[in-house]
Amino acid sequence: MKWVLVAAMVVATVLGDLLQSHEMKQAGEQSVSARGFARLLHVIAQRRLLILGIACNAVSFFSFMALVQTEPLSFAVPASSASFVLETLLAKFVLHERLGARRTAGALAVLAGVVLVGG
Amino acid sequence: MTNSSQRSGALLKTYFVLVFFLALKAAGNSAMAWGMKHIPERMSMNPALYLRAMLNPFVAMGVIALILALLTRIALFSLADLSFVLPVTAVGYVIAVFLGKVFLHETVSHQRWLGTLLIFAGAALVGSTSRNTTTPAEVPK
Repeated sequence: MKWVLVAAMVVATVLGDLLQSHEMKQAGEQSVSARGFARLLHVIAQRRLLILGIACNAVSFFSFMALVQTEPLSFAVPASSASFVLETLLAKFVLHERLGARRTAGALAVLAGVVLVGG
Repeated sequence: MTNSSQRSGALLKTYFVLVFFLALKAAGNSAMAWGMKHIPERMSMNPALYLRAMLNPFVAMGVIALILALLTRIALFSLADLSFVLPVTAVGYVIAVFLGKVFLHETVSHQRWLGTLLIFAGAALVGSTSRNTTTPAEVPK
């Protein structure tokens, strides 16, 4: 059951992140001041795909709640990063972001670490 | 203001938002885990169970911190690319393992700590690269 929850969490996270990154690139730079947050909420309300991205986060969130109820936090959190490779690949091939060799190597090291931590 | 001071200001802003995000995420995860472990009913497909669980003060605190973390992360996406945000926020996994061991008294194996070190190394490597990879490079004058 714990892997079902991990899978639900990972797929929802990947989809949510892609939608959010894509939409925020179009919305422009935001800040985290009080006025910045108000503007951010306004931006969110106007963008349907961004709302869908946040709905994916909600599914991911509920799966995480169920997971930490029965599993250690030191498993649940690293397990959530199973989405990492998939997201990096999608960032390159769907969002067309440039991944330098250094960044790719760093990302792979993080991934290897995450596999060990979750194992 | 010169281009370089504008750039370093923007970089500082990105890292400030990043640290703010990590703090919220760590606090939220810990409160959530603590609260959820003290709820007797097992979660299922029924959304009402999750909403009822949120009445637990620790779960509620976790939810609030994690929602603020989500909003902060959305703001971070507007400052830097997904392929930058994802690796650097991986430090959060290390923080979570540490908090799991110290505050929730979880058993953390050597293998898990080894993985934690690898995550640190990888995150540091990625953190030293440019913050926004889709912005076209400046044309030299």
